[in-house]
Amino acid sequence: MIRLEKRPEPSRVWNYAAPVVAVIATMIAGGLLFAFLGKDPVASIKTIFWEPLFSEFAFYYRPQLLIKGAPLVLIAIGLSLGFRAGIWNIGAEGQYIMGALSGAAVALALYPLEAWWIFPAMVIAGALGGWAWAMIPGLLKARFGANEILVSLMLVYVAEKLLAAMALGLMKNPQGYGFPGSRNLSQMPWATSWINQNAGLHWGVLFAIAAVIAAYVLLSRHLLGFQIQLAGQAPRAARFAGVNPTRLTLFCLGTSGALAGLAGMFEVAGPSGIVSIDFNAGYGFTAIIVAFLGRLNPIGILMAGLLMALTYVGGDIAQSKLGLPKAAIQMFQGMLLFFLLAVDLFTNYRLKWATKEAA
Amino acid sequence: MKLSKLLATAAVALGLATTAMAQDKTKVGFVFVGPVGDGGWTYEHNQGRLAVEKEFGDKVETVFVESVPEGPDAERVMTQMALEGADLIFTTSFGYMDPTINVAQKFPNVKFEHATGYKRADNVSTYSARFYEGRAIQGHIAGKMTKSNIIGYIGSYPIPEVIRGINSAYIHAKKANPNVQFKIVWAYTWFDPAKEADAAKVLIEQGADIVLQHTDSTAPQAAAQAAGNVYTFGQASDMASFGPKPRISSIIDNWAPYYIARTKAVMDGTWTSVDTWDGIGAGMVGIGEISSEVPDDVKAEALALKDAIASGSYHPFTGPLKKQDGSDWLKDGETADDGTLAGMNFYVEGIEGDIPQ
Repeated sequence: MIRLEKRPEPSRVWNYAAPVVAVIATMIAGGLLFAFLGKDPVASIKTIFWEPLFSEFAFYYRPQLLIKGAPLVLIAIGLSLGFRAGIWNIGAEGQYIMGALSGAAVALALYPLEAWWIFPAMVIAGALGGWAWAMIPGLLKARFGANEILVSLMLVYVAEKLLAAMALGLMKNPQGYGFPGSRNLSQMPWATSWINQNAGLHWGVLFAIAAVIAAYVLLSRHLLGFQIQLAGQAPRAARFAGVNPTRLTLFCLGTSGALAGLAGMFEVAGPSGIVSIDFNAGYGFTAIIVAFLGRLNPIGILMAGLLMALTYVGGDIAQSKLGLPKAAIQMFQGMLLFFLLAVDLFTNYRLKWATKEAA
Repeated sequence: MKLSKLLATAAVALGLATTAMAQDKTKVGFVFVGPVGDGGWTYEHNQGRLAVEKEFGDKVETVFVESVPEGPDAERVMTQMALEGADLIFTTSFGYMDPTINVAQKFPNVKFEHATGYKRADNVSTYSARFYEGRAIQGHIAGKMTKSNIIGYIGSYPIPEVIRGINSAYIHAKKANPNVQFKIVWAYTWFDPAKEADAAKVLIEQGADIVLQHTDSTAPQAAAQAAGNVYTFGQASDMASFGPKPRISSIIDNWAPYYIARTKAVMDGTWTSVDTWDGIGAGMVGIGEISSEVPDDVKAEALALKDAIASGSYHPFTGPLKKQDGSDWLKDGETADDGTLAGMNFYVEGIEGDIPQ
């Protein structure tokens, strides 16, 4: 008989090994899945993980990893702060949309004005838009004790409706023959977030790296970082230590909202270019996986974000080269979180071989 | 523009390489917005892809990526196809317009075909179907078949194509039955079975006994089946499995002839950039079998209408027609021009409610 026994202390080894084991388990289970679909499992896995990095067209795919990974990392960093403190912002997707709308609004309202200060103003507007959207669940929680998981999630759907209304109405391109969608921001040199499109470099990539460093410093060197960790691990102790739970809630939700808003703003002003009905592609939700896969650790999130980007880019290559269905790729990505949660058990528990007790 | 050059060189180099390896195997790529199993829009585009494979056999190789979000992901998928040596790429959703133009600029030797858009280039064609022709026949049958005189309509997005369909269906339903009233629900999705089912249920609760849809799943058919005495029409695909009731007919997108012709043009080196907008006459829009639930006289009228549209003797938008606000649109006997139809952003007189802005 195998029995689970709680460890006296969470295992440090498993804490770091869990993501690696989860990735390996995903490769094995994913390979089996692909084999059942009649595809060569080794070739499939290799296409997903190897082709984007080292194939003959890697010169194109590598920058794509930055484009795909930057919003994931930026959002996940913000979410990780709240998750550490036990504050669950599930609505980053909505904050991402609001940031994009706010940022785009600046450039579109001023069009055709060209000025150096427009882009900085867009950055500020984007951050504020996401921040304000996250403040709704924040204030409701602080004032009325409303559950931030539900409120933030519901607000995603409100934001989606607002996005559709903007793409069809106020922000619609007047020269678009009545079709929905705004003017293309990436074609306005004064408003675009692109720095070098061929290198996959836009301001969002730089902000993502900056966010990783800032979060690292905050968590390891700053009192606030200590309070965040304490509030998550021992809420009562945190209260005695003088942590103000309301302020902490507002800080964590606000920061994650602002970062998600920034991610949306950089996306709409660069890779996406236009405010369209289907502008949001799920980064806000995928970032939750990235945050956990990265162990809520800034460096871990950076790596997890790139890994996730790899499965997206590689997954699409596998679709067209090997004819793998999209659903199989999505299952493959889902398995990552599934196995991580499963393997995580070993951080807090260990297996014990129980011998039959003699009577 | 360094990468553009690099990409172009790579494409050329690869083009040479593939010609050297597999003599004249033409590679055709398809970018799909939904899953190939959606039973509607993407399903029919995929049928067109399969028809190309069947027509040309070993001479052609097709690749596709499904459920590609509109935006940067689409641009990456198209670039990836071009890099891997595609000669012709069909991008099958309106939202792929700017990405298609961007990628086409980087690969001047690859031909692109964008569905339902309005931006073209030397190597980018656009194509769409005159679905409003099918809507006219649908509207006629709906007007005759309704008992409650309330016809429900599930709109996807309030864009010209969808508004055109609503107007065409309404004009012909009204002609068949002057008491008819339209109730329109906007689902803001092309494919979302849960939302579509909800929309259908709301319309049925409001008394609609006919539900028309401009969304791609079969969820409305299932909702109608559960409700009992409600009729529906297959959208984009025949959806024949829901016949003879609730599905009493359908509008079928038939892309196969176009896809085969364009692939052939690439093979022959005769491909040029064109803007195609074909309807029932050219076979791009098909009317699915009118089921036994429809009385014979109604069926005969519907088929006569179909023939008149196909031959060009009748245009679904023929005056006298007024706009919703009561202002004149078309004089007696005047037909709508394609420009107005392409950008249609108003309801015709008699439809209640506003187009969401």
